[in-house]
Amino acid sequence: NLSLGQKGFKAPTAYKTGTTIAGIIFKDGVILGADTRATEDTIVADKNCAKIHYIAPNIYCCGAGTAADTEMTTQMVSSNLELHRLNTDRNVRVATANQMLKQHLYRYQGYISAALVLGGVDIAGPHLYSIYPHGSTDKLPYVTMGSGSLAAMAIFEDGWKPNIDLEEGKALVKTAIRGGIFNDLGSGSNVDLCIITKDKVDYIRPYEESNEKGKRQGSYKYKRGTTSVLTKDVIRFDELDIEVVSEEAMETS
Amino acid sequence: MSILSYNGGDVIAMKGKNCVAIACDRRFGIQAQTVATDFDKIFKMGERLYVGLPGLATDTQTVSQRLKYRLNLYTLRENREIKPKTFMSVVSNLLYERRFGPYFVEPVIAGLDPITAEPFVCSLDLIGCPMITDDFVVSGTASEQMYGMCETLWTPDLSPDDLFETISQALLNAVDRDAVSGWGAKVFVIEKDKVTVRTLKTRMD
Repeated sequence: NLSLGQKGFKAPTAYKTGTTIAGIIFKDGVILGADTRATEDTIVADKNCAKIHYIAPNIYCCGAGTAADTEMTTQMVSSNLELHRLNTDRNVRVATANQMLKQHLYRYQGYISAALVLGGVDIAGPHLYSIYPHGSTDKLPYVTMGSGSLAAMAIFEDGWKPNIDLEEGKALVKTAIRGGIFNDLGSGSNVDLCIITKDKVDYIRPYEESNEKGKRQGSYKYKRGTTSVLTKDVIRFDELDIEVVSEEAMETS
Repeated sequence: MSILSYNGGDVIAMKGKNCVAIACDRRFGIQAQTVATDFDKIFKMGERLYVGLPGLATDTQTVSQRLKYRLNLYTLRENREIKPKTFMSVVSNLLYERRFGPYFVEPVIAGLDPITAEPFVCSLDLIGCPMITDDFVVSGTASEQMYGMCETLWTPDLSPDDLFETISQALLNAVDRDAVSGWGAKVFVIEKDKVTVRTLKTRMD
């Protein structure tokens, strides 16, 4: 790949999430926030993608970097933690999720480009980690990640205080993400929030639609018959010929 | 020159009211040299489920065969038709297995749910990151042009006939602004009771 690069072949671009993600610990738990833009180089590929991923019933994780990597890494850890939860019959701890993620990322020496904000509430209380693609982690009361992290951190440095309450916390995270949406070109569209407390998860998507699409003034619809057709084949089948079969148990052998 | 644009080609998919459409161009070239004009990039994966694989032609064919193989195993094991969303996971997993040496294709999936007939369109990048939308998806060398066309032409709740005109014109006008795409086009309009396949008359330059 390196030699191809030197010969002037441009490496193909994958979906990236030029992103603003952030999280804080508040009085009774954790608030995670994310924007909803996905980019492919300079093209906006998705205007409303979900960047807050499910890890466990009490743990969620925001992802920045190569979209496929954040998606697949969180999916894998989520699946392993579910097995762990069933084996031990306990709610999994955030520290466990953090350890699994960092070990996975460290093994790939940073080639899996996933920058994560991991948050959750377990038996020991609320926890918030930021995880870097190379596998290093921080445990802090307020963190930001992604290309809009500087804009978001500026808001946190200004407005954060210990033991913040829910409404103030939501407003602070929202403002931080908005900082990324409007000041970082890689981030945009809406604000998603996820509030995790001891006995409840509140995933609000969208929390705020920061950018509304304009109303269309005229119609550009083509008249029927505009396109010249060379051949036309119709494959017909009986309308939904699927018979209802009783639920069968999943094969687990 | 990226490997993804070595052969040229495009796929586009759109949602309509109780229907979906997916379309592709038919050129197979080697950089500027056109080799064939009957190279279809859309493959049937179920009664009402189609996948388009624009990108490097050799991977288009390899991936289509591998997907069909995995799909057949799924249908045999489960004894039912696959849901479009489940099929998306199959594609995603296949591509992410090759994370550090990917297939150079950016798939587009369009179909109706085999039970509820719910329309579904999505696209994936070359390492399998899925993206589900409720309007349209585009992929290939003329994707920028197609984004532009779709943003103006597409409206919600198009009927099958209007959806055909919209998707055809979006594709046609986009590929005319791309040197390595075009040379014929094929459009599939998928409805509850039928699939209509049309080939289009296009500029051949």
